[in-house]
Amino acid sequence: MSLLSVRGLRKSYGALKVTDDLDLEVTEGELHAIIGPNGAGKSTLIAQLSGQAGSDAGSVLFAGAQMMGKPMPARVRAGMSRSFQITSILPGFSVLENVSTAVQARAGSSFRFFAPVARDADLNEQAIAALAQVGLSDRAQTRAGSLSHGEKRALELAIALATQPRLLLLDEPLAGTSGAEAERLVQVMAGLKGQVTLVLIEHDMDAVFALADRVSVLVYGRIIATGMPAEIRADPAVRAAYLGDA
Amino acid sequence: MTRWLMRRRVAAWLIFGGFAALPLIAAMTGDPYLVVVATRILAFAMAALALDLILGYGGMVSFGHAAYLGIGAYAVAILSRAGITDLGAHLGAAVVAGSAFALVTGAISLRTRGIYFIMITLAFAQMAYFFFVSLSAYGGDDGVTLAARSTVLGQDWLADDRVLYYAALAMLLGLYLLCVAITGSRFGRVLTGARENPLRMQAVGFTPFRFQLTAFVISGAMTAIAGVILANQASYVSPAYMNWHRSGELVVMVVLGGIGNLLGAIAGATLALLLEEWLALFTEHWRLIFGALLILVVLFSRDGLTGLFRGRAK
Repeated sequence: MSLLSVRGLRKSYGALKVTDDLDLEVTEGELHAIIGPNGAGKSTLIAQLSGQAGSDAGSVLFAGAQMMGKPMPARVRAGMSRSFQITSILPGFSVLENVSTAVQARAGSSFRFFAPVARDADLNEQAIAALAQVGLSDRAQTRAGSLSHGEKRALELAIALATQPRLLLLDEPLAGTSGAEAERLVQVMAGLKGQVTLVLIEHDMDAVFALADRVSVLVYGRIIATGMPAEIRADPAVRAAYLGDA
Repeated sequence: MTRWLMRRRVAAWLIFGGFAALPLIAAMTGDPYLVVVATRILAFAMAALALDLILGYGGMVSFGHAAYLGIGAYAVAILSRAGITDLGAHLGAAVVAGSAFALVTGAISLRTRGIYFIMITLAFAQMAYFFFVSLSAYGGDDGVTLAARSTVLGQDWLADDRVLYYAALAMLLGLYLLCVAITGSRFGRVLTGARENPLRMQAVGFTPFRFQLTAFVISGAMTAIAGVILANQASYVSPAYMNWHRSGELVVMVVLGGIGNLLGAIAGATLALLLEEWLALFTEHWRLIFGALLILVVLFSRDGLTGLFRGRAK
């Protein structure tokens, strides 16, 4: 059944229709990749789904609840988390603090003024588990701002995981990573399959076709095809619009 | 990190130990004026500490914090005129009035960021300033002289400068420990995170506004307490406490001492007021020298005075 059901989603910047009557169904448990040429509106779509950007019209049903008009923090608390195309972390915090802050967002009230948070075992244990999932355990005490680019990408994934999402929206998690770093992140994502539903935007076609259960192709703000990776590879419209020049 | 916490603890013992010993030194050197000056320093240290909570940890540069000093001072003047002289009542009224002003102005100011936040907090403080300037029942521009200091349990113990001094020191210590707890708590982590990267905090499910506004209100209430001490120290209250120069001086104190570590604000307030006293002995153009010193500190140590003790940056 659908965990995320998007109907008639629209967004325009002036005369430019960035998201044009878009429909999308994401099934619980799948890894759903969205591919498309530059400027197709992929990052805008993630921004709209996560609540960072508003939508002009349409419906976004998540686990049966209407998300339209809800701000980003409310959607995260409902179980929709995201990563950013341009790395977004808390650079002055340690790696562990970054993740335990995300745990804290789900773990009851943050209007606690006296107990020292650094020794909050509940938060730290869950944070350490999330770090282990992305292979950053040995960097827990490092200042996040001094991590390598690939490690920052992994940290961002751990932060998103620590919010215990049902749906994870990943906006080009491999952007800017080197071969070895990318390989490690692909393994992390492969490990997440089945535990959490994933929507993956990615330019690395090898990664997409290795990981995805289903692929949707976004061109000029519309989904022009959805199917199994093999079907998408063979689709003539897709080849013409996108894969042909890849 | 733990090493830095150890150093902070040692520095805190030195600073508060020094303040505790000061009246003894004043007695030995036979200079009673020193205690009076030091009480003023303690009041400004409280205000600077309060400002550092939102400026250093929350990234909110309030350019209107003098308003809260005035609100606290007028709480003493207005209640005393009405025959209520109890210190507890004065502090309670100051905290309630300071919190209310911070809640209303903060809720509006926090809709903006950066330079606009600075300007809007300044504008609100100026409104408060001109309100009290036109309050002729309390002397308007000239202010009012207090008939006596606040009382405790009906006794005029605070009339003794040394008692007032130690009361102020106890309050500063209490507020400092409160800020240490707050900044190290869950709440403090969200406040600091919202300064580092507000988008990231929203993306894990926090609404930064609620945390920033709460911190703003706590800071306003703390600064109003400083105003109560200031009014008692001078036995005089006027709108000059709320002048925008005063707000600027509070920012200078925090920057001079080093932002975002609480003790720096206390050290900065101390140094700024001592320099003011000391330089004024030599020349009436002491502000010129003070300005040059501030430039040197900011140029050579990003963390102000605390940067000198922290050693080289990591």
